[in-house]
Amino acid sequence: MDGVIDLKLWQMAAAYIFVVILLLIVRIRGISREKEILISSIRMTIQLILTGYILVYLFDNINPVYTIIVIGLMETFAIYNIFKRTKTIISNSLKKIIAFSMLVGTLFSLIYFLLVVINISPWYDPRYFIPIAGMIIGNSMTGISLGVTRLVDGMYSQKHLVESALMLGATPKIATKEIVDNAFDSAILPTINSMVGMGIVFLPGMMTGQILSGTSPVTAIEYQIAIMLGILGSVALTVILFVQLGYKTFFNEQTQLITNDDK
Amino acid sequence: MFILKEVKYKDILDIKELSIKKNKVTCIVGQSGSGKTTLIKLLNKLISLDSGEILYNDQFLHDLDSIQLRRNVVMLPQSPAIFPGSIKENLLIGLKFSQRPLVSDDKLQDVLNVVKLNKSLDENAEKLSGGEKQRLALGRVVLMEPEVLLLDEPSSSLDEDTEHIIIESLVNYTKNNNKTLIMVTHSKKVADQFADEVIEIKNGIVVNQEEV
Repeated sequence: MDGVIDLKLWQMAAAYIFVVILLLIVRIRGISREKEILISSIRMTIQLILTGYILVYLFDNINPVYTIIVIGLMETFAIYNIFKRTKTIISNSLKKIIAFSMLVGTLFSLIYFLLVVINISPWYDPRYFIPIAGMIIGNSMTGISLGVTRLVDGMYSQKHLVESALMLGATPKIATKEIVDNAFDSAILPTINSMVGMGIVFLPGMMTGQILSGTSPVTAIEYQIAIMLGILGSVALTVILFVQLGYKTFFNEQTQLITNDDK
Repeated sequence: MFILKEVKYKDILDIKELSIKKNKVTCIVGQSGSGKTTLIKLLNKLISLDSGEILYNDQFLHDLDSIQLRRNVVMLPQSPAIFPGSIKENLLIGLKFSQRPLVSDDKLQDVLNVVKLNKSLDENAEKLSGGEKQRLALGRVVLMEPEVLLLDEPSSSLDEDTEHIIIESLVNYTKNNNKTLIMVTHSKKVADQFADEVIEIKNGIVVNQEEV
């Protein structure tokens, strides 16, 4: 282990052969995805190069304001991405709940993780703060996106059952319990499943990165275990906040179900 | 028991004045799309009126807690929901929804007798026929012992003979227990035979209200 093999430009270029292979496959099979593949590859390249340079700048100029700005941008992008990803129509009040849950859930988990679990100093050290925030926010975004889809779809497809329960005097909480539980379950399931395969089926990205950069696998694993638990906590906290507040947006102050037409 | 004044709901209902009496059987009749279901949904506060007022026991419906009201004024929709599980679970779900203590199997059996559903409590409710499901849902409402039963076409899935037996049993139950029964029905025969009062609605307007 003498450090990392620094990739030369031609080696980087050689990796793009995989994109070319994919493009050939879709061309031959007549699948119209060439444009998306090209755009995604170019976007990925440009975004990562830019991020690399930005991170170099941030690591060389450590400043709490920079760290806060980066976290703010990450959160904004993540929340915007959830709105975009959700195929169903979401009301403005539900959008507010999504933003609130993401902010509170991820920031609480992030601060606990960095200050208590890892105990970084200074608290805004971007070398730790930014990558860990990325993992926590990214995974919570995926979780909450699933939760939003499940909750909204459940409220529409099972409107009949919810309304029947209301007619019998159920509170909105009781009437939507099953939908809310399902939304929570489906949102945290991918995180739980990924923990099962970890270390056997695949080596997680962060751990792989640390090992490649010369860190001892044992240290890398310690970090990986900690971050996985942090991600699990953040996803759970974000999603439980979302579902517990989110179902209420489907009811008005007279505890009547707000239907699609009213929104 | 219910007094409606100048009630308007979208372009579906426009009721100048209407009163529904306590401890009586009231049938609401009219063609489909005339606003019958909307009317009982208003009474159950599942929807709110656009203008006018509804009073329940001399109190404005708008001021009453919706959940508490629905526990006293229970509504059964035309296609009632059957939840996954046994007959027993489906009967008890009304009590669970309204956060009330559960009852013994004997009591459940009594309710099945009221709705003339001769089935075991452990039977899978989802395997029942359309008419049996309707009776099961009716039993669920009866078990809750509300002050008012709002029933939307409770016999729509039943043949004429069964319809007669069930409605008769339900009316007897209502009278014996001092309940108020408000029932939307397409059947003129049911209305003539069982109602104390018939309200006829046409295009959202009450065209006739008469004692039978």
